[in-house]
Amino acid sequence: MNEYNFAYLDEQTKRMIRRAILKALAVPGYQVPFASREMPMPYGWGTGGVQVSAATLTPDDTLKVIDQGADDTTNAVSIRKFFENTAGVATTEETAKATVIQTRHRIPEAKLTEDQILVYQVPIPEPLRFLEPRETETRKMHSLEEYGLMHVKLYEDISQHGAISTAYAYPVKVSGRYVMDPSPIPKFDNPKLEMDAIQLFGAGREQRIYALPPHTKVVSLDFEDYPFEPTKADHACDLCGAEDSYLDEVIMDDAGNRMFVCSDTDYCRTRRARGSQGRLSKEDEI
Amino acid sequence: MIVQNQFSGGFQNAPIEAAHAFRAAMTVMARPGEIRRIIGTHPPAPLSVVAGTLLLTLCDPDTSVFLAGEVDTNVVRQWLTFHTGAPLVTADQADFAIGTWQALMPLGQFRIGTPEYPDRSATLIVECDDLNQAGAMLTGPGIKGVARLSLPDIPMLQTNAALYPLGCDFFFTCGDKVAALPRSTQIKAEG
Repeated sequence: MNEYNFAYLDEQTKRMIRRAILKALAVPGYQVPFASREMPMPYGWGTGGVQVSAATLTPDDTLKVIDQGADDTTNAVSIRKFFENTAGVATTEETAKATVIQTRHRIPEAKLTEDQILVYQVPIPEPLRFLEPRETETRKMHSLEEYGLMHVKLYEDISQHGAISTAYAYPVKVSGRYVMDPSPIPKFDNPKLEMDAIQLFGAGREQRIYALPPHTKVVSLDFEDYPFEPTKADHACDLCGAEDSYLDEVIMDDAGNRMFVCSDTDYCRTRRARGSQGRLSKEDEI
Repeated sequence: MIVQNQFSGGFQNAPIEAAHAFRAAMTVMARPGEIRRIIGTHPPAPLSVVAGTLLLTLCDPDTSVFLAGEVDTNVVRQWLTFHTGAPLVTADQADFAIGTWQALMPLGQFRIGTPEYPDRSATLIVECDDLNQAGAMLTGPGIKGVARLSLPDIPMLQTNAALYPLGCDFFFTCGDKVAALPRSTQIKAEG
């Protein structure tokens, strides 16, 4: 613990990130450039989220880290251990006990409170990037509020597939101004973006930070005749029986048998501890 | 009471105290109208505890600071330079500005960002005689329903909000209390 400055980063780096976070909160949905640092983990492992968390943590915090909803995957375990070692903060797997939650690609099922902060790891922060590769152009499009291209993209989804087939990283308009990429969360999670907690987004490789203050109006882009629909697999969780949670599909053998389980491991475990059962819960613990 | 000089009055444990101070600053910026307490430094008069702590939490050689009116004293200049290394500049170049509302005016002299980079705007730390959750009605991001906050000049701040997404952002400080007003907040006079 004493070998590191609190939360790994040096103070000047944290000040730079903190200033970016304040401007990001003042202009919700706008991507603030910041001087992202090399972190002791590869790009794509959440270096943006780690830097935002490091600048946000205090010694009193309890940290939870999830990767696709799970607390026990390599990415989540590594980052949790990183902050245990460098910041000495308490960690937890229980959503309700955490004060700072760093997430990759999910919003927890349990409703977050105003005492919590949700930090997203973001791979590509620019929602227009796959439509327009030039940064100079996308920046101009944001400044002119020129988002027609995004609607054309959604329209092409409909003309090709009969529905808006974008299933994750579904674009949203923030507070009636900026179109924002909510990071690759499933569109099932989009309605939860209007929440009581502060949401911070960090993209390390792309060097951008953006934010959603609590209760900010977040609208998923759609059309009058093709309204936005949050979707999930049409099953109940096979372990806890939940019908309202986002599910992962797991192939179980070569015969094509499969099961569906909550992607949010803490939600599933909490439900099972209360006695909820699913289709396969009689079998051995998986 | 220690004798104030330019070397004293900084953080005792900078990484920890700055982390707590930033969390409070972030919380009030994310929730306009909310008031938090920040301590940690003992800045020279006339700087308030909270203003001094904000400056030491956010400023360094990368940020230019404008000292407005009566806070622009030799003692304050030396204290801020020793603890932050921030260059002291005129209002039109400032990333951060500190002073009373009257001393900071006119608001038009501060940077409001550019359409491509609205983040390149000044943050004003406004020293107030009084700070409480009464007066102007605030709505917008970070606010559930309506919040209230005592503001120094409602029409001027409405003009700033109308520039959105450009404009300045504000911290209002009083003793050890701080509140914030980002440019995204819509303001109505008490009605």
